Amino acid sequence: MAFFLRLILRNLMRQRLRNGLTSLGVVVAIVAFGLLRTLVDAWYAGVEGTAPNRLITRNAVSLMFALPIHYGARIRQIDGVRVVSHITWFGGIYQDPKNFFPQFAIEPASYLALYREYLVSEQERAAFLRDRKGALAGRKLVERYGWKIGDTIPLEGTIYPGTWTFVLRGVYRGADAKTDETQFFFHWEYLNETLKRWRSARAEHVGAFVVGIDPPERAAEISAAIDDGFRNSRAETLTETEKAFQLGFVFMTEAIVAVIEIVSGVIIVIVLAVLANTMAMSVRERKREYATLKALGFGTWHLGGLIVGEALLISAIGGALGIALTFPIAAEFAVRLSNWFPIFRVSESTVVLAAGASLLVGILAAAFPVWQVWRTSVTDGLSSLG
Amino acid sequence: MSALVEIRSLSKHYRRGSEIIPVLTAIDLVIEEGDFLALMGPSGSGKSTLLNLIAGLDRPDGGTLLVAGLDISTLSENELAAWRAANVGFVFQFYNLIPVLTAFENVELPLLLTHLDRKARREHVELTLDLVGLSERSRHYPGQLSGGQQQRVAIARALVTDPTLIVADEPTGDLDRVTAGEILDLMQQLNSELGKTIIMVTHDQRAAERAHHIRHLDKGVLDGG
Repeated sequence: MAFFLRLILRNLMRQRLRNGLTSLGVVVAIVAFGLLRTLVDAWYAGVEGTAPNRLITRNAVSLMFALPIHYGARIRQIDGVRVVSHITWFGGIYQDPKNFFPQFAIEPASYLALYREYLVSEQERAAFLRDRKGALAGRKLVERYGWKIGDTIPLEGTIYPGTWTFVLRGVYRGADAKTDETQFFFHWEYLNETLKRWRSARAEHVGAFVVGIDPPERAAEISAAIDDGFRNSRAETLTETEKAFQLGFVFMTEAIVAVIEIVSGVIIVIVLAVLANTMAMSVRERKREYATLKALGFGTWHLGGLIVGEALLISAIGGALGIALTFPIAAEFAVRLSNWFPIFRVSESTVVLAAGASLLVGILAAAFPVWQVWRTSVTDGLSSLG
Repeated sequence: MSALVEIRSLSKHYRRGSEIIPVLTAIDLVIEEGDFLALMGPSGSGKSTLLNLIAGLDRPDGGTLLVAGLDISTLSENELAAWRAANVGFVFQFYNLIPVLTAFENVELPLLLTHLDRKARREHVELTLDLVGLSERSRHYPGQLSGGQQQRVAIARALVTDPTLIVADEPTGDLDRVTAGEILDLMQQLNSELGKTIIMVTHDQRAAERAHHIRHLDKGVLDGG
């Protein structure tokens, strides 16, 4: 075994430039593959952060249409409903339209009771609940803009015109890596009272209700009960699990995700072709050597092992370097893309897929050269130019 | 002496499209154990083909070919490979050493197919390299050796498993006269002192004269002997 490993290593060193460049190609392909897979994961991050015991009730026509706040009391009456909260998309601009981050008007106490993955100190939580103009922001968002507790944060409303000022009362951390730490929450009451002063028809309305249920297994039944309760009303509802709700957003961009997945696959196929070509060239150059080994009594398994081993080594070196490089590059992407992808993290499954892809490339790239060696007779091989 | 190789009515042809090109026709040949036979003939006469058939590198189209009583044409590819590893040593015109392996490692190659452990392999290789006079060059790569030295390594590789039969295809074809003489001396030594049966294909009359017998092939037909 040690002898064959030595032979594989020395064969690898025979064409340093060619094999080095091929390995570099694998590095680039694996980095690209890893980043694209991470991008797909980032797309689904909202889905990953959902909980089975939370339902979302929205206007059946579209999310663009709000629901009357009094629906909450009726939803609370339904068997299996534990907590009802609500959330309203604000869509304000902080200083510049480029500074995008999600902002929501919420009912703080019930919302934080439902989203226990938002970890906030008791002191800051109390301060946020107390202050009608108070805001709670995620750790990454606070770091991005250098905010401090007590800072006044002005948002220019787009859906709700005017300049709205908030005081940062708390900073939440995510309970795990799947939790979005770039959101901005404030009191719905503050928004609603202002709307009422304007005598706006949008007062006393919310974007959607978040319904905490128990047990989660009854989600379908409870959803149906909620929607039945508002059938034939002016604003019929559509209730679904939080996961289904988030998937709805992903499905809107399903074509983009599909293209990204196809491209990540194509990259692997391209590098497979590059490595297969490298191996085919190496094997062609060593045709006489393989024929000599065959003459000495070495079988196709031995020769196949040498070729597969060499291809695997090239792809494994490239794959390992590629995976190692994916992390710092993804971290840089995470900073630069944080406005659009709050969670941009290389997952374990991406690492496993990248490692698997690089090994698979090594094996498949060797398949054709092994077949060439297998079908070449000893006499033909010996008569070839070395 | 008993017959090591027995060939009766052996034939071999190649196909070029629908055309059948005969290479060997009705070959009858017996090679005794411990013999040193030289096969001569012009290019394309079929001498290398005959050598390949005897060595189990190719298969005949007709006739019988027994080596040590075994009809090797009935063996599967894997069986034939194992048979070659155990019974045949090869010496090629262009040495066919693996360039990334040292002289020691090249000689060790055939032993990897045996059950010998590393220590036993090392002893066999050192002994064989000593026999061909290359003990001092065991750590050298083929590219660091002269043609004659490379051919000595190749002979050591052919010899290291102690095969019954050594086949040599133009072993001096790529060497100058002095070096060729040294290689032929070595082959004679293997035959006379170690009793190895050697079949050598050569164009060189002087080389052929070192053998016990010379047989000529012309257009696939062997002379009367």
